[in-house]
Amino acid sequence: MAQVSLHHVGKSFEGQKVVKGLDLVIPNGSFTVLVGPSGCGKSTTLRMIAGLENVTEGEIWIGEKKVNDVPPGKRDLAMVFQNYALYPTMSVFENIAFGLQNRGVPKQERKRLVAEIAEVVGLTPYLDRKPSQLSGGQRQRVALARAMVKKPQVFLMDEPLSNLDAKLRSQMRIELTSLHKQLGSTFIYVTHDQVEAMTMGDQIVVMNEGVIQQVASPISLYHDPENLFVAQFIGSPPMNIIHAQGTEAEHIGFRPEKVKLRSMAKEITSTAALKLEGRVITREILGSEVLYYLDTNRGRIIAKSSADEFIEEGILVELSVEEKDLYRFDKESGARVRHESIRLATGEQLGGIVS
Amino acid sequence: MYRVWYYPRKAVEWVLLIGVALVFVFPFLWMLLTAFKTLPEIYQFPPTLLPEQWEFGNFAKAWETGPFLTYVLNSFLVAVGILLLQFFTAVPAAYAFARYKFRGRNWLFGLTLIALMIPPQIVFLPVYVEMSHFQLVDTLWALILPYGASAFGIFLLRQSFMQVPDEVIEAARLDDASEWKIMWRIMVPMAKPVLVTFGLFSFIYHWNDYFWPLIMTNSDSVRTLPIGIWMLKASEGGKHWNMIMAGNVMLVFPILIVFFIAQRHIIRAFIYQSK
Ligand SMILES: Nc1ncnc2c1ncn2[C@@H]1O[C@H](COP(=O)(O)OP(=O)(O)OP(=O)(O)O)[C@@H](O)[C@H]1O
Ligand SMILES: [Mg+2]
Repeated sequence: MAQVSLHHVGKSFEGQKVVKGLDLVIPNGSFTVLVGPSGCGKSTTLRMIAGLENVTEGEIWIGEKKVNDVPPGKRDLAMVFQNYALYPTMSVFENIAFGLQNRGVPKQERKRLVAEIAEVVGLTPYLDRKPSQLSGGQRQRVALARAMVKKPQVFLMDEPLSNLDAKLRSQMRIELTSLHKQLGSTFIYVTHDQVEAMTMGDQIVVMNEGVIQQVASPISLYHDPENLFVAQFIGSPPMNIIHAQGTEAEHIGFRPEKVKLRSMAKEITSTAALKLEGRVITREILGSEVLYYLDTNRGRIIAKSSADEFIEEGILVELSVEEKDLYRFDKESGARVRHESIRLATGEQLGGIVS
Repeated sequence: MYRVWYYPRKAVEWVLLIGVALVFVFPFLWMLLTAFKTLPEIYQFPPTLLPEQWEFGNFAKAWETGPFLTYVLNSFLVAVGILLLQFFTAVPAAYAFARYKFRGRNWLFGLTLIALMIPPQIVFLPVYVEMSHFQLVDTLWALILPYGASAFGIFLLRQSFMQVPDEVIEAARLDDASEWKIMWRIMVPMAKPVLVTFGLFSFIYHWNDYFWPLIMTNSDSVRTLPIGIWMLKASEGGKHWNMIMAGNVMLVFPILIVFFIAQRHIIRAFIYQSK
């Protein structure tokens, strides 16, 4: 068990910076998820922690030890790769036992440990098979077992579920989170899927272009994004953004489920801070909820509402959002602007936005 | 048979295959059948295909004309010795070329490729001088050592090592495996079809090699089988082709056995390469 900390860690490939000045503490026993769009440097960060990639600058600490110059095999961590990376010529047993053998664990002890882990992940009947004779899900389990059997302080996982079909993936998600609870070790998990990040992580690190955007719990990430990038990246469908125009200093954002839709015929309520007029272009029925795609004069807006009341396509509606549900972001930097006192005046200003 | 006409493409394929097979198989068959003929029948005109009278004594007679047991043993020692040496030099070299970035790598690999293109007939003189300097001429060492590293083997293995996914090697590093262990426990088993194919090429080449033993040896005690068979021709004065062919059958027999054992792997190696 150990805390992992990065102090101003950077990485360049051929002079090009792909990871920039990361400062990050991954608490002991946490399930930390690194999430971000493709190419943002998640894998590179994980590989630097693993020691598979040298850091260009900065320091990496695992527990009480600076590990910059410690080879991967001596860092007391295990990694699960996206394509499993099993040893194709070895049996399942040998795959799991290889790490133990390299550490000089005696044969009898190896057998016992492998049997124990195989039981946990349900591989006991397959120990004599070669990886090529296993299904994708079973291979994934071998990869997990190979990591678990070493009882490492830190587990690293790079998109371990992305090669599985949807059903197996959601099943493995649950297995991984319960495994984490059971073992109590530190998990560092990389994904580009924000849903996966939100459902699994207790600490989420959002990255973009090699820079950490925000570190927070799933709830506060959703409700309290630090900047425009996080606001748009987290949540599905993403937050609506009304981009600043002309003299406006801030972009305004709001979640689709916070939009209230009223047909224009009804009278307008006056408490809403933001009002827009829009036409329903298409809708998607998700079951108990419906997504409406609306065209307004401030761009495309997505609204999510209960399926109880149904609005037909082509209908003109009024969209309104309460003040407490609005997020404001600086026009230049995209950073969150939090000024409690300022409110959009209702009435004329509102008309200003609509027209 | 009539079904073939429904598949003209298949029919053409078959005709071509049979044609090619005949070109390769016929000389072999001729050698085998000649080995069982009597001397007069060989010079008979028109020639017969099947022996009129099967003569099994040619093998025994050929065997007795010289120290053939020694020849066979020498051939075996040389071919296997070379194979082992080449294996232990090619694996680390190919691993380094395939997996490490070091200064001069491309340059060194280019040099290896050049070595691949130089036939032994060009370099035999300096090698002979070198061997005689170490007083190794007319010993088995002179037959084995100069072939201890194979450019062809390094080239072939490097290609196959480059196909191993990075993650597999990284997983092994995380499992605290040494480079040595990664090489022998992970890379080599994965390259098995290629290794078998290379081994076969090397074995056949050196088992059959005539040129190098001819230059490097003078005495019977270190001669190999191909030289022995050539001596067969010289020793009897006349052209006893039946005995020479019997000797040749003995020469190729071990190769056939090895080939049949390894066949499965060879086919896999070529499928692997063309993927
Ligand atoms: N070995 C390398 N040499 C050069 N550039 C590299 C190397 N590895 C990664 N990069 C670059 O570094 C950047 C970050 O790559 P990285 O693999 O960390 O992205 P990622 O966040 O894991 O993306 P994905 O979600 O697609 O896996 C990319 O622009 C990539 O092209
Ligand atoms: Mg990645």
